[in-house]
Amino acid sequence: MLSRRNFLTAAVGVAAATGLAACAKEDDSASDSTSGGSKALVLGFSQVGSESGWRSANTDSVKEAAKTAGYTLKFSDAQQKQENQISAIRSYITQGVDVIAFSPVVVTGWDAVLKEAKAKKIPVVLTDRSVETSDESLYVTLVGSDFTDEGRRAAKILEKVLEKAGHKGAVKIAQLEGTTGAAPAIERAKGFKEVMDADHADDWKIVVSQTGDFTRAGGKQVMAAFLQSNPDIDVLFAHNDDMGIGAIQAIEAAGKKPGKDILIVTVDGVKDGFIAMSEGKINAIVECNPLLGPQLMEVVQKVKDGETVERWIKTKEGDFMQDQAKAALPTRKY
Amino acid sequence: MTTTPRWRALTQHHLFWPVAVLVFLLLINVPFTPDFFSIKMTDGHLYGSLVSIVLFGSPLILVAVGMTLVIATGGIDLSVGAVVAITGALTCSYISDQADQSALSAVLLAMGIGLVAAVVCGLWNGFLVARMGIQPIIATLIIMVAGRGVAQLITDGQIITINSEPYKLIGGGYWLTLPFSIFVVAAVVAVTVALTRRTALGLLVESVGGNAEASRLVGIRSRRIKIMVYVFCALCAGIAGLMISSNTSAADGNNAGLWIELDAILAVVIGGTSLLGGRFSIGGTVVGALVIQTLTTTIYTIGVPTQTNLVFKAAVVIVVCLLQSPKFRAKVFGAKFGSGSGAKGGGKPSATPADTAPTTAAAPKMEVS
Repeated sequence: MLSRRNFLTAAVGVAAATGLAACAKEDDSASDSTSGGSKALVLGFSQVGSESGWRSANTDSVKEAAKTAGYTLKFSDAQQKQENQISAIRSYITQGVDVIAFSPVVVTGWDAVLKEAKAKKIPVVLTDRSVETSDESLYVTLVGSDFTDEGRRAAKILEKVLEKAGHKGAVKIAQLEGTTGAAPAIERAKGFKEVMDADHADDWKIVVSQTGDFTRAGGKQVMAAFLQSNPDIDVLFAHNDDMGIGAIQAIEAAGKKPGKDILIVTVDGVKDGFIAMSEGKINAIVECNPLLGPQLMEVVQKVKDGETVERWIKTKEGDFMQDQAKAALPTRKY
Repeated sequence: MTTTPRWRALTQHHLFWPVAVLVFLLLINVPFTPDFFSIKMTDGHLYGSLVSIVLFGSPLILVAVGMTLVIATGGIDLSVGAVVAITGALTCSYISDQADQSALSAVLLAMGIGLVAAVVCGLWNGFLVARMGIQPIIATLIIMVAGRGVAQLITDGQIITINSEPYKLIGGGYWLTLPFSIFVVAAVVAVTVALTRRTALGLLVESVGGNAEASRLVGIRSRRIKIMVYVFCALCAGIAGLMISSNTSAADGNNAGLWIELDAILAVVIGGTSLLGGRFSIGGTVVGALVIQTLTTTIYTIGVPTQTNLVFKAAVVIVVCLLQSPKFRAKVFGAKFGSGSGAKGGGKPSATPADTAPTTAAAPKMEVS
């Protein structure tokens, strides 16, 4: 039996551990931008967490751009928890920052805290992901990618890839989806299907589609099973580079050549994806750009000055074919 | 009618139902993948669905084997997923710092560093449980929560990609035409079975699980046994961590081994080990882990829609667990299948299913193969 004292020890231990995790690292870079003096624009930014290379690149971009613009950035990492993010936003409201920006962890549940910001007349800018609110006036704008369009672009670039590979006739497509229920997974699949249904209803067909959870291990395992059940797959469309990289290993283990026997199109454009493309193993990458810092700072300034901005400012993104891979590789930051 | 007693003995063997489910799951695949059982040579190694199942299931088997011994002492280890991530992260980040990533000595040293970290995690868990008297679920929760943070700290929140031929062998390479990980798993399972069933160690573990205080009073060092099983479990998780990171040649602090603790506990339960402690079956656990991996592969090959993956998985797991319950079997199939344990349990119908399941495997010193 566990004695009461021991239980207390344990409870305190766990509380301490989670407490440490919960009090999100708040790193106040005010000291960096002393040049701006007291007049510098103060931006409170709450990041989702640091779950991937994409996310860390996103964080670095925001920090760097704020520094270049001479703003005082109050940055906090929510470590994937909505309550951390809400308390960070609350503290920005109390501190009276000029503009609040954040990448919401989840889609719903923001109304209360956003209303508090509105009452204090602090404009809110969303980055990367959107929210669902009852009142559209609770945030000014969203700076982020259009995932549906990424799906459409993937389908369009696949046309080019097929043409280049000289593929004729029916196309059997395998799709590696992102985490079930995540916006990028749903919308990328939707965009891809849109183009497919409109332009290639007769010749393209998604023969298998399954989630690989956006991870390399997931992509590898699912692709290995696909290759067993459908050995005649022509094309792989992966919702991110990491799943594509995992799938490449599975394709190689099956004795096939990725990029030749099976044409591969992925989304994101992380460095490892470009390395694989420069080796000829990925045929095309649709970029999902995390480097939205400069665009964000531009918007923040406009919002501060009371200018009207669009509801959705889409990040600048490119599409890359294999022949561009080598040239683009050195410029990839993440 | 002459076959009846033999059939009856067979259905009451503790491995009968897990194996039956495994065979059933494998057969489901045949209509969807006609050459499911075919194995062919590709690039000098065997290739086929069965090979994939064993290859991708290897880490789970290892983690589950370690978990079995912890559960046999009446404990539980939730930290294995985090240990998988830490081991992979440390090993890969060490290898990625090397000028020559394929140097064998550096790879061995890196693996050593990773495994030492795993053992330290195990010692910490064992210390909290055995010395501090903290409930295992709480004690191991600490590393489960904090450990993944440590792994991300090591990898700097990035996925570390390495390019090391010797390291690739352990989780993704082939030896004698078979995945190398099969040999690692076979070795670990063989050593575990030998240690627990050929020596008194298994009996001591079960005794501690049955009643730690009574065991201590008869002269068994309960605490030492407990610390030992947590260290062993963490070591197994560490080896699994090496395999997982080696399989994709990358360390992903965020996702490596995510939720593997739950799959491992499930594998142990499917294998017929009681969560109350006191009895265990390594053979059952291996079959349980293979059932889970086959189920995952089946979902991918038969084309279950993504949104219903988990429902499908849950339905199969519920069926397996019900089949494991002698009381349920007695109700549904009649006395022929279910009576065995009822008689041994002294006809006490109030026992929980988790309790009754392993009692079919009566003798504590059962043979495992």
